[in-house]
Amino acid sequence: MLVVPAVIGVLFLVLPFAGLLVRAPWSTMGARVTDPAVLSALWLSLSTAGVATAVSLLLGVPLAWLLARTDFPGRRFVRALVTVPLVIPPVVGGVALLLVLGRNGLVGRHLDAWFGLTLPFTPAAVVIAQVFVAMPFLVISVEGALRGADRRYEEAAATLGASRATVFARVTLPMVLPGIGAGAALCWARALGEFGATITFAGNFPGTTQTMPLAVYIAMQRDPEAAIVLSLVLLLVSLAVLATLRERWVNAR
Amino acid sequence: MREAARRPFRADPCRADLLCVGRRARRVRGPVAVLAAALGLTACSAGDAGSGGEGGHGLSGDLTVLAAASLTDVFTAIAEDFEEEHPRARITLNFAGSSELAQQIDSGAPADVFAAANTSTMEQVVGGQGLEPDWAAEHGTDGLVFATNTLRIAVPPDNPAQITGFADLAADGVQVAVCAEQVPCGAATRAAMAASGVEVTPVTLEEDVRAVLTKVELGEVDAGLVYATDVASAHGRVEGLEFPEAEEAVNEYPIGVLAGSGAPDLAAAWIEAVTSGEGAAVLAEAGFGTP
Repeated sequence: MLVVPAVIGVLFLVLPFAGLLVRAPWSTMGARVTDPAVLSALWLSLSTAGVATAVSLLLGVPLAWLLARTDFPGRRFVRALVTVPLVIPPVVGGVALLLVLGRNGLVGRHLDAWFGLTLPFTPAAVVIAQVFVAMPFLVISVEGALRGADRRYEEAAATLGASRATVFARVTLPMVLPGIGAGAALCWARALGEFGATITFAGNFPGTTQTMPLAVYIAMQRDPEAAIVLSLVLLLVSLAVLATLRERWVNAR
Repeated sequence: MREAARRPFRADPCRADLLCVGRRARRVRGPVAVLAAALGLTACSAGDAGSGGEGGHGLSGDLTVLAAASLTDVFTAIAEDFEEEHPRARITLNFAGSSELAQQIDSGAPADVFAAANTSTMEQVVGGQGLEPDWAAEHGTDGLVFATNTLRIAVPPDNPAQITGFADLAADGVQVAVCAEQVPCGAATRAAMAASGVEVTPVTLEEDVRAVLTKVELGEVDAGLVYATDVASAHGRVEGLEFPEAEEAVNEYPIGVLAGSGAPDLAAAWIEAVTSGEGAAVLAEAGFGTP
């Protein structure tokens, strides 16, 4: 009984991609994929998503630990706040980032005046946009893993004299590593697909801020075939990375 | 419980019986259909008479107009007047990027009139679905140019980079936003650059002209290339500088009745309203030029 809706569900999610495959201009595919503009967008996407994942790990894992292992006033509220970027439209995030970190933004104004630093229209802005929308995925995964982990090991380590930092580095971290890996994979994939916040906050310039999703959107305005090719490349890369990473981290348990 | 629930229906057996409701509805629908058909006929005859002169008051029906996003304010205003003049006509306006609309038309979106922000987008539609043959025979197969739009340099009110002309945009340290080449305003920008011989290196190629305007309004860039209409719509939040090179990149807005329109006469009347003196006045107020 459950098979029918499940099959419809799969078809609904997979058929659009079949459409991409059917309409793809296979004869000119090779030339289009190796177009320097495509390669530069792909490289920018891969590298910014990589940096965004690293930043998210650096900030997100401690944040997840704080949410899962400590108790402070307003913890529930903070947790809700942290996951807000998951549900708001990314373009709203872009507007918010622009108003805060833009050249005339609340914080950006001072960055500009004091350090001559302008974030919009730079690869750094792409990374910031990606971190904003993708980090919650990591935080949620890691927090879940931390809550699921057996705390007795940590307590045992603590009773044997290990400091809090040692417990975290030697006991907690290895225990939740699969959760961190899965979270990082999700975070990376979300960063790779990020569009709305990027085009709003970072702008769109080939080689500097034009990531693959932006290139797809802009190509769709005039050359749908190019957009199909770019979409396929992005799809393939995401699938490949997600498949390997999920295989490694999620099923490793 | 069941009995109690059913009792009220007994008074009117029709209400308890879905089929019966259907029959009643059909009974009502019959005369309405006849009436509608009659109205349709009168609309046609009135329209035929109207195309010869000022007699289009009998026009009725639904008209779907797809128009470039830059026409939003103008067409909304013209539609209000039009519906006032033709109380039985209902105009549905649908605004989006021209190329997006052209794609929708080519994939079969039902519509009666298309107004594009540039001639090449109209050509795309003409090459696909085409325009209504009778209308095209009279007004041109590539549509009728009813408005023009010229580029302006938009700067924030205090003009932080002291921009005075097109050449200033290429100066070091001046942050400029322009449209991506794939959208009409980007093509116009390219033409202006080619005409002036000044190669501007923007910091961003925005997906549409309003996004450029926004970046200027927020002061995130020192200048942006937008249309005169965008400057007008910003109501003083940006300053618009005219520059001679813009004359080489005047954007023409064509309009046409689409082939397969269910209301070609109403569509023709709408286009007449847009190209009329009143229409031109509304266009001019919004910053458009008229041919």
